[in-house]
Amino acid sequence: MKNAIEVNQLRKEFKAYSSRSGLKGAFRDLFTRNYRVMKAVNDISFTVKQGEMVGYIGENGAGKSTTIKMLTGILTPTSGEITVNGMNPHKEREKFAQTIGVVFGQRSQLWWDIAVQESFRLLKKVYKVSDEDYNAHMEHVIQTLDIGPLLDKPVRKLSLGQRMRCELAAALIHNPPLLFLDEPTIGLDVLVKLKIRQFLKEINEKYNTTILLTTHDLADIEALCERVVMLDEGSIIYDGSLQKLRSNWGDLKQVTFEFGTAPNTEQLKLLTQGMPVNWIEGDQKYLWTAQLQNKGDLMSQLIAKVVAKHEISDINIEEISTEEIIRNIYEEGVVNG
Amino acid sequence: MDKYIEMIRIRFLMMLAYRTNYYSGILIYAINIGAYYFLWSAIYGGKENIQGLSITQMTTYVAVSWMARAFYFNNIDREMAMEIKDGKVAVELIKPYSYLGMKTMQGLGEGIFRLLFFSVPGMIIVAFLFPVQFSANAATWLYFGLSLIFSFIINTQINLLTGITTFFLFNNDGLIRAKRVVIDLFSGLLLPISFYPFWAQHIMSYFPFQAISYIPSMIFTNGFKGQEVINALITQAVWSGLLFIPIACLWNIAKKKMVIQGG
Repeated sequence: MKNAIEVNQLRKEFKAYSSRSGLKGAFRDLFTRNYRVMKAVNDISFTVKQGEMVGYIGENGAGKSTTIKMLTGILTPTSGEITVNGMNPHKEREKFAQTIGVVFGQRSQLWWDIAVQESFRLLKKVYKVSDEDYNAHMEHVIQTLDIGPLLDKPVRKLSLGQRMRCELAAALIHNPPLLFLDEPTIGLDVLVKLKIRQFLKEINEKYNTTILLTTHDLADIEALCERVVMLDEGSIIYDGSLQKLRSNWGDLKQVTFEFGTAPNTEQLKLLTQGMPVNWIEGDQKYLWTAQLQNKGDLMSQLIAKVVAKHEISDINIEEISTEEIIRNIYEEGVVNG
Repeated sequence: MDKYIEMIRIRFLMMLAYRTNYYSGILIYAINIGAYYFLWSAIYGGKENIQGLSITQMTTYVAVSWMARAFYFNNIDREMAMEIKDGKVAVELIKPYSYLGMKTMQGLGEGIFRLLFFSVPGMIIVAFLFPVQFSANAATWLYFGLSLIFSFIINTQINLLTGITTFFLFNNDGLIRAKRVVIDLFSGLLLPISFYPFWAQHIMSYFPFQAISYIPSMIFTNGFKGQEVINALITQAVWSGLLFIPIACLWNIAKKKMVIQGG
């Protein structure tokens, strides 16, 4: 299997200017300026195989978008090597651009003032797609994304969800083997999100399209990606399957008790002394959550002990969410296990 | 090449999407031509000719300069500045085309649109209102057409240069405004170059600006004769070749230094 993306020791530095304070400082800034070098992406390496769907996650400012911009040939790396679809993106930009599709959730690539189909027509010419290919492929895309009725409307009259579906279709006009999606579901409602996920899965299966996806909605990643690459402050802190990430964090469960009367913190902690249980105070007054490993009879012991001593109006047992795991990782900055 | 022609079509559609712009444009140009006509009639004040141009030639010069401006003038410097400032240039750079080439085509689309739906009808109206003299000589029209294409190329090249500087300056509104005034003044749009003092004419001959408006208008009004026309066209051709060099250099540096603003 050939690799769609190969990244080796990739680094991008920016000069960040800082202004001096006060009027005097502003005058000094006219002549010399202070700057420091910021590493937006710090020596990262990874490879993505053809047909893989990879989630690229990280906090705001972790360097996700910068990486995507280097992979798509927009930015020139400070150092390191990139090979995408067998080419060097920024060296052979025009030829390379033919082989990728990109959706930036926050920027439109359709022309704002004219009908969607005119944008499609231009893109069809830009990517040199033949009429047969266009009809065969796009008919299906337009149908699946349900954008047929939107085609004759100018982009400025579309809602965000409608526009996003059109953007996705626009990125697929030339049926690229590699698709970059930078926050494609930002600000969308659940139904549109589901539709987009389903569609992405479908084209991945049908055309073996490689998809690199950044998002803040982990449900997107859970639904689509086998593998996640996690970035923090410009470095990769985790690269592997989502499943493994979860199991590294153990088979954690959390039990939420709703007490009849407000319990004493000391009492609760005393109750489970000697047991590997972590108590967290809930958002509401009578809510307490216990996090624990689901091993042996730990769960039943915990519940038995709490119920014996306290009046309980509700119990809720759930698996710890991926979101919670990711939040823990961000807070601690490293991946356990 | 298909995609560039398609871009011209898209630009037509965009011009048609904003009708008010179109109508107000006609009005502004009519006011300008009228104002300059009355200004020049006052300056001539009964004199036969000034600097070798008769009042009829002068009126024709003013009308043709403004109508030619409708063709070569475009806002692609401002558009580039906007796209760079808000980061939209990222979307352009992931497309398999040359960004600058596409921008030029957008300018051309705008120019052709205005030439057909604005300059030609405008010129007919102007011909009824003011004493404008059209040449009957086919060669003059041919030279004028050729010279107009060069004006477009040179003006667009200057616009591209101004646009690219946004990559380095981040905010170049001042520069764009200054450039516009410099072009209106030094290109001979407001005042024929031959009216400037000799030392100023001498300095201006080292700049490409007069190739934008002065040369086509002088050709059209028969202000240039014989060999002068050919020399003027060669000047234009040389400038449109020369200006490729700074554009290519700046663009190459810009690509390396590029920062996409706004995430």
